[in-house]
Amino acid sequence: MTDVLPTGERRQLAPPVNETGAMGWIRKNLFSSWGNGITTVVLIVAIAWALSSFLNWAVFTAVFTAPSGQACRGHGACWALIHEKYRYIFFGSFPYGQHWRPLLAVVTMLAMLISSADRRMWNSRLIWIWTIGSLITFLLMFGVLSFPISFFLLVAAIVGGIGLSMRGVIAEPVELNAWRALAAIGVVGLILRIVGVMPAWSLTLAPFDYVETGLWGGLPVTIILATYGLLFAFPYGVLLALGRRSKLPLIKGLCVGFIELIRGVPLISLLIMASVMLPLFLPQGTTIDKFLRALVAVTLFAGAYIAEIIRGGLQSLPKGQFEAADAMALSYPQKTILIVLPQALRVVIPPLINTFIGFFKDTSLVLIIGIFDFLNTANQALVDPLWAGFPAEVYLFAAFVYFCFCFSMSRYSKYLEVELNKGTRR
Amino acid sequence: MGKYSLAGAIGVAAILASGSAMAGKDLDAIKARGALICGIGSGTAGFMLQDSQGKWTGLDVDVCRAVAAAIFGDAEKVKYVPLTSQQRFTAVQSGEVDILSNNTTATLQRDTALGLDFTAVTYYDGQGFLVNKKLGVKSAKELNGATVCVAPGTTTELNLADYFRANKMTFKPVVIEKVEEVRAAFFSGRCDVYTNDSSSLYSTRAANVPPPATADDFIILPEIISKEPLAPAVRHGDNQFADIVRWSQYAMLEAEEYGIDSKNVDEMQKSDNPSIKRILGVTPGMGKALGVDEKWVYNIIKQVGNYGESFERNVGKNTPLKIERGLNALWSKGGLQYAEPIR
Repeated sequence: MTDVLPTGERRQLAPPVNETGAMGWIRKNLFSSWGNGITTVVLIVAIAWALSSFLNWAVFTAVFTAPSGQACRGHGACWALIHEKYRYIFFGSFPYGQHWRPLLAVVTMLAMLISSADRRMWNSRLIWIWTIGSLITFLLMFGVLSFPISFFLLVAAIVGGIGLSMRGVIAEPVELNAWRALAAIGVVGLILRIVGVMPAWSLTLAPFDYVETGLWGGLPVTIILATYGLLFAFPYGVLLALGRRSKLPLIKGLCVGFIELIRGVPLISLLIMASVMLPLFLPQGTTIDKFLRALVAVTLFAGAYIAEIIRGGLQSLPKGQFEAADAMALSYPQKTILIVLPQALRVVIPPLINTFIGFFKDTSLVLIIGIFDFLNTANQALVDPLWAGFPAEVYLFAAFVYFCFCFSMSRYSKYLEVELNKGTRR
Repeated sequence: MGKYSLAGAIGVAAILASGSAMAGKDLDAIKARGALICGIGSGTAGFMLQDSQGKWTGLDVDVCRAVAAAIFGDAEKVKYVPLTSQQRFTAVQSGEVDILSNNTTATLQRDTALGLDFTAVTYYDGQGFLVNKKLGVKSAKELNGATVCVAPGTTTELNLADYFRANKMTFKPVVIEKVEEVRAAFFSGRCDVYTNDSSSLYSTRAANVPPPATADDFIILPEIISKEPLAPAVRHGDNQFADIVRWSQYAMLEAEEYGIDSKNVDEMQKSDNPSIKRILGVTPGMGKALGVDEKWVYNIIKQVGNYGESFERNVGKNTPLKIERGLNALWSKGGLQYAEPIR
């Protein structure tokens, strides 16, 4: 007379119909109580109403081709304006017949960025991707590139110097001599060049017509400023971060002072300094390219922020790592490059991408110094009196393009966060 | 990776910096460079504006094109540098641009303290009033008690107060800092009147009226209450270049006065009129005196047009701006545009 059920395998009963499937999900999530039910209905009606009037404007009554803005009046969205102006918005005043060049430059930069996003590429291949990619990008944008011999000498000196400091203890004599020779050629050559003994040779690549930076505009400008601003800022942000943790008071003081100074002022003030104040300090007639000034301002600014992010990464390293490196008799550069930075940077990659997203948008501030980045060309497209009075279309279009970039970067950052933490997660 | 990008940075910096201008007399520098560097504003309908192909057009742009035509015989040899109103004077002073053609009002302070030289007036502007047609106002004298949108701290605000006081009228100011917001306030009906330089009002009416309203719903009242002579500026120190800029403008006016335009300029070279012969360089002398090619006026008129042509093409009655010649008509037609004679 017991209610004990027999042991053993039992057939699993399916849950009740209104607990599973779409119905179940809707009941559970949208209509779980009277209050929730009413909220759901009200929200659905509101969304449907907003969406239908938006679609009506943006699609059903929109004008996609028209000879001028007049023909758009009285209809919905005037996408004809975008159709007319999209090349200007994307490429600004770059010579019209050669718009394929900035287009290919943008494609190249995107290819570089996307291929660098793949973790399998995170090795010496990155250096080649960026060297060749940058060469192609700037060759397309400028049309003519000229490398003075001092550039090659400088590269030789830097590469040789890094090779010596990194491999100095462990390298075979042959390799060591090769590094020494490289550094010596670089340094001696540079000195000879400065003294004036070495002639001013230069290597010139000139496949296309020269296009100066003043004519650049639109999307390439935005991407170049954000990408190269951050790329150049990265090494010096690392140096600033290391300097801030240095035990030498002078270096530490300089780095702290610089970081706090830059972080204490808005980017706009740096840009204004670069464009309004700087020319007054230069000798009459000497000007520095406006685009370069903006790039330097962005780089300085980004460097200070990157330094702080990297400092966070450095501080997260346990002390044992430093001590272990010291115990192996590694020199300071070896310790830093082989032990400290790889671990510190791994931690800070997601926040770095966050910074990149921020800077991608912040570069639109260059419009205050008269550089036509993507947002500014979109603004300029509005001024044309033939196409007057459709700001919503242009800004929606610009917002859409910015969103595509920033959203994909933020998804990537999320993916990386998961990917990089695989090792530490259970 | 850091080492390579640093070297790259220096390399790119070297490449970019190598394009910088060299010092020297302005005109020599321009000739050596092979192009005039023209500082303009960023986007004002009719005055300076990039079209769908990224080419600059407008009344202020034509000033630079005329100077380039005079110096090089080619109006296309101009590099345009868009400047904001904060940058514009520094850019001229530092030599970043050769000439500033940016709807800039010539004033004593700018002429002296800023080290600039304003040449001939290219457009006589003045403060005006933009109103909605529904208001039913035909003259600024009928604006008693109106609400007026105006930017603060500018001469515009002072002129407004003076004008209303002088005419014994009252007004309610709506003072807003940013020009976009002033416009938005006006078009949304927060004020009856929007006051600014009239060229800017025409531009606003042509380019900023939010749909469904159209430019025809707004009128600019006939009264002009201030003097805003817009002139190109060059820096102190090269009088010959300043002369070329000034006389390029005069040449366009003289051509209009003598009925020379871009279509008939070839025939006009055969004219018997000694003045026309002198202007077009058929009788030589003028070009030599100015230090340019004898064909300088011919090149300007052929490639840019006379002043009237430039005006009608960019801002005139058949453009969306619909500006009347008014003060900018020739002196012989009741306006102020009076060129010193080319002789």
